[in-house]
Amino acid sequence: MSFLPFFASPTAIEMARAQFGFVIAFHIIFPAFSIGLASFLAVLEGAWLWTKQPVYLDAFKYWLKIFAMIFAIGVVSGLVMAYEIGANWGGYADKVGPVLGPLLAYETLTAFFLEAGFLGIMLFGLDRVGPKLHFAATCLVSIGTLISATWILSANSWMQTPAGTVMGANGQIVPVDWLAIIFSPSAPYRWVHMILASYLATAFMVGGVGAYHLLRDRKNQISRLFFSMALWMAAIVTPLQILAGDTQGQNTLAYQPAKIAGMEGDFTTGVQALHLFGIPDVAQGKLLYDVAIPHLGSFILTHDWNGVVKGLDAWPKDQWPVVSVEFFTFRIMVALGFAMFGLGLLSLWLRYKRRLYDTKWFHYLTMLMAPSGFIAIVMGWTTTETGRQPWTVYGLVTTAQSASPISLPVVMTSFAVIIVIYALVFGSGILYVLKMMAKLPEPGESMPDDAPLRSHGLVGQVALGDKAGPVAAE
Amino acid sequence: MSLLSFLTGGLIPATAPWLPVAFAGIMAFIILMYVILDGFDLGIGILFALERDKTHRDVMVNSIAPVWDGNETWLVLGGSTLYGSFPLAFAVILPAVYPLVILMLMGLIFRGTAFEFRFRAPTEKLRLLWDWAFLGGSVVAAFCQGAILGGLMHGTPIVNRAYAGGALDWLNPFTIFCGFAVVVGYSLLGAAWMIWRASGELQSNMRVYAKYLGMAMLVIFGIVGIWSPLQNPAYYDRWFNWPGIFATAVAPISVLILAYIFFKHLNSTDQAAHDKTPFFCALGFFVVSFGGLGYSIFPQIVPPGLDIWQAAAPTVSLQFLFPGVVILIPVILAYNIFAYYIFRGKIEAGAHYH
Repeated sequence: MSFLPFFASPTAIEMARAQFGFVIAFHIIFPAFSIGLASFLAVLEGAWLWTKQPVYLDAFKYWLKIFAMIFAIGVVSGLVMAYEIGANWGGYADKVGPVLGPLLAYETLTAFFLEAGFLGIMLFGLDRVGPKLHFAATCLVSIGTLISATWILSANSWMQTPAGTVMGANGQIVPVDWLAIIFSPSAPYRWVHMILASYLATAFMVGGVGAYHLLRDRKNQISRLFFSMALWMAAIVTPLQILAGDTQGQNTLAYQPAKIAGMEGDFTTGVQALHLFGIPDVAQGKLLYDVAIPHLGSFILTHDWNGVVKGLDAWPKDQWPVVSVEFFTFRIMVALGFAMFGLGLLSLWLRYKRRLYDTKWFHYLTMLMAPSGFIAIVMGWTTTETGRQPWTVYGLVTTAQSASPISLPVVMTSFAVIIVIYALVFGSGILYVLKMMAKLPEPGESMPDDAPLRSHGLVGQVALGDKAGPVAAE
Repeated sequence: MSLLSFLTGGLIPATAPWLPVAFAGIMAFIILMYVILDGFDLGIGILFALERDKTHRDVMVNSIAPVWDGNETWLVLGGSTLYGSFPLAFAVILPAVYPLVILMLMGLIFRGTAFEFRFRAPTEKLRLLWDWAFLGGSVVAAFCQGAILGGLMHGTPIVNRAYAGGALDWLNPFTIFCGFAVVVGYSLLGAAWMIWRASGELQSNMRVYAKYLGMAMLVIFGIVGIWSPLQNPAYYDRWFNWPGIFATAVAPISVLILAYIFFKHLNSTDQAAHDKTPFFCALGFFVVSFGGLGYSIFPQIVPPGLDIWQAAAPTVSLQFLFPGVVILIPVILAYNIFAYYIFRGKIEAGAHYH
């Protein structure tokens, strides 16, 4: 097989996969947080312009400083992936470039530049351009994050459920119908699921930070504001997200049934039980320590108690997904989803009882749940990506065909370098973000450019006219 | 026929051998934009080596804080456009210079995060550590970019649509020299940028750095001009054989004219109007060297064996991307210029406390 890279041994491929998995799993947290925060910031600034209440501006400035850090980490960790695709996955880049390259180029042209171009104004330009134009910049940045998500999810969805292409004579995939590529069968479902996930993950983080501050100062108006907003989001959007997850599952069953079989732990074709827990034994082809509810698996997937669903035995073993991973990551994601749903319900009940700001155990619980959305995102992505194996482009390009001719020691060295540097740089970054989140929001919050000695030219430091006075205590 | 394919395919015939040429031009433009824009950003980082004063360093960082992210986006555009328009080149170049790519990315991580972190560091010692990260990251990224270009010129073997060489084949004196050349070039851009944007002591320091960096740049031009044509007989033919020698003469003549203007205005310290002239001359140096590089290798995209038509994506991919690129790049340029305009003017040190 001439297309097989001649140096690449299977272990080098596995290392390259582990490396890319590490890089992408780390990266995804930050754009997801940026997508959520950018929209949240646009809402806060809009509410400030609309109501003129300083508490919105203070909340805006508080989260804007955190947004600047999150965005910076997202940009540089994303750049790594843009080039690793070619460096570690040269075979993939050559075969798939004609399809995905233009999508990624459009992502840069329509989204990244928009975000980058107006981010400077959003962070440092309030006193230079005035509140209205500044609000426009905030909106453009948040629209940019959504456009970016749309392109990248299009690209990923096409890899999961390819459409609109033919195989070229030289092994390259040739586009035929761009609309079919951009809106491949799983794209709309994945888009909804991921955007909601970004909003929810952000809401739980914002809510957790609010809860942390309420435990110290339950009269802090700014914390109350974003704590309350976050929990409205959690209560309303979590049920929608569970619905969205269910429809995406239906879509996956239609287009990637082997992935579903692995997720569910269904080894044999037939009427499926819902396996709450178990340990998949791939070698023996069965689920050990199975804890199951009969017929419920079929009901969820086919909406029929006796629906027949394919098990893994419908495929030769070399086409099985990474069952031992996706089985667990899927369960963690679903469990977190229902925990988030429960917290949303609790918040509604406490709100009804008018005890939302005074219930300490609930604040502790909300703090505990702060990272739940991000963990769920990483688990969900791990599920969908390991479930696509052994393919990079489902049914078209295998992972083995995708590798670069890079030898094992080289991949291992670069992986080690990446791990050390990520731990050092992004570890510090996360520490700084946590410190910023631990700081109590105050009336008259500073902008990012008011950091010590940070100045931006002639008018850079003119005090804002909107310095908020103390918020009237209740 | 869908609307989208009507819009794109309808305008451009099915076979269009000029499309790869157009995309080669687009790629050249994108890389040049990246090199000059992120060039002065990275140069600011490299100049941290010479400029130790905290207030000065703050001013230097603040002069690029609102725009660096946009500047780096050109690198993402370069990568994704190369991926989309010349996927085979993308798939071959990156594995060929693999260690340089990884190092460059790590350098850019340090550089990009140090921007924010140095303002967030809880102690002075940690702040200094992030200053070092900013400096080190900038030097490494600049060096790797130069070495990648050098490695590309030196030549990349390809077998069966994949890179056919070892992990360190790029390593030779020429690529190392190109790495250093870009470090010097970016520092020059950074110094000239600061002459434009700073005032007082910092500005006079920068004039001194720019003088020596400018001289070093002229020496580098001389060496590159002789050494790079020796990397490949095809380059040599193009530069020194009839009738190429006519075109060749343009490069040294433009460099000398730019150098004359550069040094003349570098010394006119009392003319505020000329503060930006050295910067635009430094940009000119980069345009000339970049033009020279393109002149050497065109129509190859991965010398010596891969030309732009062999590496190009299927016409249908180029048709789809072409209208987006030619419409959106001018729009992007317009709002980027707007962002620069918003943050125009001299950066004052410590204005916060006044």
